[in-house]
Amino acid sequence: MTVGGAGAGESAARRVAILGGGPAGLAAAQAALAAGARVTLLDEGGRLGGQYWRHHEQLTDRRLQHGWARFERLRGVLDRAEVHTGASVWSAEASDGAVRLRAVVGPADAAGRTALEVEADAVVVATGAHDLALPVPGWTLPGVTTAGAAQALAKRDGVTVGRRTIVSGAGPFLLPVAQSLAIAGAEVVGVHEASRLGGLAAGWLPRPWQLAGKAGELVEYVGALARHRIPYRIGSGVVRVLGTDRVEGVVIAALDAEWRPIPGTEREIACDSVALGHGFTPRLEVAISLGAAIEGDRRGRFVVVDDAQRTSAAGVYAAGEITGIGGADAALAEGAVAGFMAAGGSLDDDRMRGPLAVRRRMRAFAARLERAHGIRPGWTSWLADDTVVCRCENVTRRTIADRADAPLRAMKLATRAGLGACQGRTCGRAVEAIVAEAGGAPEGFDRRPVLAPVRLGEVAALGQGNGVGAAAAAISIDDRAESTVAAAEPRQ
Amino acid sequence: MIRITVDAEPLEGRDGQTIAGVLIGAGRTAWRTAHTGDRGVFCGIGVCHDCLVTVNGVEGVRACQREAVDGDRVEREVRA
Repeated sequence: MTVGGAGAGESAARRVAILGGGPAGLAAAQAALAAGARVTLLDEGGRLGGQYWRHHEQLTDRRLQHGWARFERLRGVLDRAEVHTGASVWSAEASDGAVRLRAVVGPADAAGRTALEVEADAVVVATGAHDLALPVPGWTLPGVTTAGAAQALAKRDGVTVGRRTIVSGAGPFLLPVAQSLAIAGAEVVGVHEASRLGGLAAGWLPRPWQLAGKAGELVEYVGALARHRIPYRIGSGVVRVLGTDRVEGVVIAALDAEWRPIPGTEREIACDSVALGHGFTPRLEVAISLGAAIEGDRRGRFVVVDDAQRTSAAGVYAAGEITGIGGADAALAEGAVAGFMAAGGSLDDDRMRGPLAVRRRMRAFAARLERAHGIRPGWTSWLADDTVVCRCENVTRRTIADRADAPLRAMKLATRAGLGACQGRTCGRAVEAIVAEAGGAPEGFDRRPVLAPVRLGEVAALGQGNGVGAAAAAISIDDRAESTVAAAEPRQ
Repeated sequence: MIRITVDAEPLEGRDGQTIAGVLIGAGRTAWRTAHTGDRGVFCGIGVCHDCLVTVNGVEGVRACQREAVDGDRVEREVRA
């Protein structure tokens, strides 16, 4: 099925494809529709909303949702768009003034999903971010999840992984996670924020007026923690998870300003689950595949955009967490600008005034977020030599450090770090940090991305020959089955 | 309520839960065997592939992404 092909007699409205149905993608869809475009929105989840508005009609406790009315308004507009949920995009190309996306649509990882091809004049990439959970010894034990997983399971499924949970990492996201766990019925033993008072004050205290609504939100969460009697400890974190077959406890240590554990401060706490979240990492695969320039350093690489949310690739716009970690308000504002511009709108349009103002304010917020909670390099000192860093391939810190002098590609091939099923999405930043610390040059762990795993049989069933081979050399991404292939490495 | 089997053992879950949600709701935290021991859900949003199971004979299904359907046959995977 091809969608969006401009046939004779159809209007000349611009065709805008939107990848991602979270705040940025939904705002982009609304704005593109307002500018008169024909909109096709694809999301890999079963429902719209992204991680921020992740939900299930019967299972989600309404107390865990924020800004729900806004979501309903955005979703309501989409009856004028073509929407595909459960759509895994495995190929994305932009050339000759057109964008082409190939997806399979259906239940997650099912066999025999429906092939979908979307052609558009412009695309808004709004693929968001996922948790960055730094490795700690014992983090592969059952009962350890990311903070995002704890949040998703509480919101989407109404369950908690354990009964006694410790939340550890960095950033304001730990607060709603703790609140959600408490509402869903777990005892949160403590929330451990790695940053110390100095770093937090440097990030949050200057120019408080820039925080606008954000300060109130944080105060609200701190109040929720107090109501549930959840201790919030700054300058500390989980540095080891204890247990043999599953989590039995953790070692908490005080951390210095660089997040190095301070000797003599370790103490054991009994728990059956741990939620780790040290910030977020953008989901850049589609943007890279489309040829958009990425910039940044070890603290984070993001899609480069101009004032119109245009990337360096023609016809490719980006919005939300892939341009910088700034939260839902930033994503909504950027999405509105990106969608409007992708549809041929102008930044001078009165309708852009609000989003542009919010975007300015939220970019300042994002910078402060990074300053207060950004990962400090000393965290690697809580790793043991034999700590698994790459979870998929069981690659230890020592194995990575021993190969740190090799070019990153050779290091990956020699150690298999980042070559497993998740393709380095989980370990990438940690591997880069270890390589850098050992004197190597950690450039480009995220190059040559795999978009979404699809089955060989599904690709074969697409049947259109050139639809697959030329565009996307399908490669086996792991050894769990030859049936798993993935799209594409269009460029190095 | 929905009912699925996990390695032929029946489990009950709430209608609409993911397979991971049903398993966790039933008190299970591990359902895949890796080199270093058992694994269960880690990222919860489809990124890490730690929670893979076989569903109705199809391998490599992310339990955190797949909504459970009454009667689903779920099998454990033993992989590195």
